[in-house]
Amino acid sequence: MVMQRIYMDYTAGKPTDSRVLEVMMPYFTQNYGNPSSVYSFGNQARNAIEEARKNVATLIGAEKKEEVIFTSGGTESNNLAIKGISYRNKDKKSRIVTSSIEHMSVLNSFKYLEKEGFEAVYVPVDRYGTIDLKVLRNEVNERTSLVSIMYANGEIGTVEPIKKIGEIAHSKGAYLHVDAVAAASQIPINVLNENIDLLSLSSNDIYGPRGVGALYIKTGTRLIPLIHGGGQERGLRSGTENVAGIVGMGKAAEIFKKEMKGESERLIKLRDLLIRNILDTIPETYLNGHPSNRLPNNVNIRFNYIEGESLILSLDMEGIACSSGSACTSKTLEPSHVLLATGLKHEEAHGSLLFSLGKENMEEEIKYVSKILPKIVKRLRAMSPLTPRELMN
Amino acid sequence: MYSDKVLDHFRNPRNMGEISDADGVGTVGNPVCGDLMNIYIKVKDEKIADIKFKTFGCGAAVATSSMITELAKGKTLEEAMKITRADVAESLDGLPPVKMHCSNLAADGLRAAIEDYRKKKMEKDK
Repeated sequence: MVMQRIYMDYTAGKPTDSRVLEVMMPYFTQNYGNPSSVYSFGNQARNAIEEARKNVATLIGAEKKEEVIFTSGGTESNNLAIKGISYRNKDKKSRIVTSSIEHMSVLNSFKYLEKEGFEAVYVPVDRYGTIDLKVLRNEVNERTSLVSIMYANGEIGTVEPIKKIGEIAHSKGAYLHVDAVAAASQIPINVLNENIDLLSLSSNDIYGPRGVGALYIKTGTRLIPLIHGGGQERGLRSGTENVAGIVGMGKAAEIFKKEMKGESERLIKLRDLLIRNILDTIPETYLNGHPSNRLPNNVNIRFNYIEGESLILSLDMEGIACSSGSACTSKTLEPSHVLLATGLKHEEAHGSLLFSLGKENMEEEIKYVSKILPKIVKRLRAMSPLTPRELMN
Repeated sequence: MYSDKVLDHFRNPRNMGEISDADGVGTVGNPVCGDLMNIYIKVKDEKIADIKFKTFGCGAAVATSSMITELAKGKTLEEAMKITRADVAESLDGLPPVKMHCSNLAADGLRAAIEDYRKKKMEKDK
């Protein structure tokens, strides 16, 4: 018997769309010219990059394609936006503001800048993971150069009120940077309507290849580069362009612009089915993150009395791949900072499980997981010294 | 990440459960850290006649708990006291380095259970 293999960890990594791979291939073996060269080989590559730039700009509603520059991924885009703006404004404004649930590439950039003498502020979230706007309003002042808040949190799924956050930042003359890596493949984003000055994207998160990302920089927003060299990407990101990767990201953006709405609607149905099945059939389970302002693909559940890694191992034995906020599955041996920021206790964060859905998940798979999971939870709870007796039978 | 032996003990834990009239109980770990282990022993003629465990924790925590019950069963208390964390890890064909400290608590749990037994016995003998 062939065991089913079910992948529900799309936040960790996504397959590259076959249509994307197809348009990338010629740029490895045939159109290998350097985009900076003046002859036709170079022009071909240059044109392909500009086409990709246009597609990415269109995906996020940017006014001009020149407002998009390509990077090596979401982490680099976040680093460039945060350090680039902070250093550019260092002499006049030394305060930078973010939240406690950001991606590590944002939080660790802030921690680095703190050591460099910047005044960093981490705004708390409520129990659903929504940014506390009152605190944000108090923390952003005339000395603030940058507010960096994620569009949506990939781990607990909560979508943030970005437009309002932008109003708060702009009212004090600060720029708004938005990490949209988790959101871009699922929610239509419009940088103009939503007061966004800088926006980070990752190619793989829109089913493009890994190793490519983009940063939207609104016209008039000045920042310093982190990588110095030949002056590619308007001098903001030197280094010969990753042409095939960029072409792939452009194609992924083009496809996604067309298909996102239908796909998100489909995912919402699957998401809600899985959430309902788990909460209805397994006692003492709770939904992490916001109940309605939520990414279409995100199912994050807390299971009392058991630990996440043993859940993941047990699911893996049944062919199901997902991830956990448990310390045991992290490199640092600390439970998820996101779950802790929403007020969960350590032992509660240890017992959380994230199913992040994607393109290839079908209703049958949701039903299979819904059938398997109660048995696994029961088995692990029977093993746990924490479980109250009535739950063990 | 884990050896086949660890996965086998995780999948089919030996001696899982509680002994309601245990002669000694050892509790080690802390749920805050993600690992909590209870070891229950029955002692007859200074030998471990029966042993069971209950564990909250990761794969390594469950597998080491299961392994210690196999290693300790039938041994004299003196022999059982000598089982080390390294013995448990070795019997499982090794543990990932990050798990050597945080989840390899079973030997400590067994010793705690034996000490609990000895303490109770001393009180009874008084």
